Amino acid sequence: MSGGILAGFIAGVARLLAGATVRYAGYEPAAGQRVYFANHSSHLDFVVLWSALPSAERAKTRPVAGSDYWDKSAVRRFLAREVFRAVLVDRTGQNRERSPVDDMVAALEAGDSLIIFPEGTRGDGTAIAPFKSGIFHVASKKPQVDLVPVMIENLNRILPKGEIVPVPLLSSITLGPPLRLGTGETKEDFLARLRGELERLG
Amino acid sequence: MSLAFSLSRETAYLLGGVGALLVIASLIGFVLSKRTSTDAGRATIANLNARIRAWWMMVAVFGAAVATGVIGATVLFALLSFLALREFVTLTPTRRGDHMALSWIFFIVVPFQYLLVAIQWYGLFSIFIPVWAFLFLPARIAVSGDPERFLERAAKIQFALMICVYCVSHVPALLMLDLKGYTNNAGLLLFLVIVVQMSDVLQYVWGKLFGRHKVAPTISPSKTWEGLIGGVLSATALGAGLWWITPFTPLQAAGMSLLITILGFAGGLTMSAIKRDSGVKDFGALIEGHGGVLDRIDSLCFAGPVFFHVTRFYFG
Repeated sequence: MSGGILAGFIAGVARLLAGATVRYAGYEPAAGQRVYFANHSSHLDFVVLWSALPSAERAKTRPVAGSDYWDKSAVRRFLAREVFRAVLVDRTGQNRERSPVDDMVAALEAGDSLIIFPEGTRGDGTAIAPFKSGIFHVASKKPQVDLVPVMIENLNRILPKGEIVPVPLLSSITLGPPLRLGTGETKEDFLARLRGELERLG
Repeated sequence: MSLAFSLSRETAYLLGGVGALLVIASLIGFVLSKRTSTDAGRATIANLNARIRAWWMMVAVFGAAVATGVIGATVLFALLSFLALREFVTLTPTRRGDHMALSWIFFIVVPFQYLLVAIQWYGLFSIFIPVWAFLFLPARIAVSGDPERFLERAAKIQFALMICVYCVSHVPALLMLDLKGYTNNAGLLLFLVIVVQMSDVLQYVWGKLFGRHKVAPTISPSKTWEGLIGGVLSATALGAGLWWITPFTPLQAAGMSLLITILGFAGGLTMSAIKRDSGVKDFGALIEGHGGVLDRIDSLCFAGPVFFHVTRFYFG
């Protein structure tokens, strides 16, 4: 419960600090399950996106993050597991028993929505890197779940990779029309299409 | 200086007058919304009514701040500076190497400048930004080691600080002026803000009614000579009529009003040029119908420091 209160507080601070304007460009917020996929350039990305969601949606939306980073210290682990209810996945590929795709599919089967960053790591905010294939495998296993592209702008200027003190500029979040895996669509085509849809929102 | 709600009788009358003016404006807006039939006309009236609603909010916040004295006014203008600076820097193409310099201006320079206003330390207040901050910032940017477009980046950050913080801080600083035979400094602040803002409103009204010849069409399509002359003259007449709240005679109040309305116009035009260059119509979207904070206070940025120093020089 203390995690929940802290989560609400962090969402408030994020809104104040990043002053995000939320734009709906072909997406209507509604109840239901979906996967938000976004460009990634700052630690604040998922906090700001998550704090911009309606609070009922926020309660059942979980960010997907790398366990190599978030399990490193007790504070990070607490934030990731108790506050943000992150789905922590193994990015290194060492765990043969359980893949990141299994973890994401399990969370979807439990009824939650996900926030994922298909680039896999934070970029410098200038270009979107090629997508990792995880989102394709999730879409193949759960083809009925909407994939919502989310363009996050300016957060790389507010808190770039490697900085601790933020600069409180204005940011914007643009949600595009939901997408699904087409029948017979190849992995390469699908990943390129998703990346193109995300770029188009910028 | 007192913390409790304290308004002199004159100040209270003036705020009451502004409230009455807003009641009249709201009634006119209501009548116009019933009478307009064309689509374009309806859009103009809807924008007008949004502006009037926002004015109610702004007057309420401003009135409460002035009524709480030095602390209230200082906190309000510190917040306005912070929001304006955020709008300005968001539109300025900074680079990764500017990050720490920008953190400094938001979290150290802004609070410190307004702390100086609150403790009424005139000497440091007047040089802290132009001397200390202006030398520190380019050095801090240089330390981070990115020479690309260096002078341009440093100059843009300095300009942002100058306009959004240094200039704006002169408005609450009016409360620290020690004037001969005059102690109602809140009246001086009210005079400046009312004359400059009413000049904006009157220029808009005169421009909408009679505007034909544009002053600088490549900078701002909405600023016309008819709006400028009509607005400046009527705001000057209004300012002259408010002499009783100031240390000025009616003639001096007219002269001061003429000065600050012309400066207000210069401020609006300068900021329009920056917006034009950045390819945006407004700096932000915080105030419905008006745009951002900086769109509303651009005229005050130019009028504030000059009004402060002319008043200090001739009446201090």
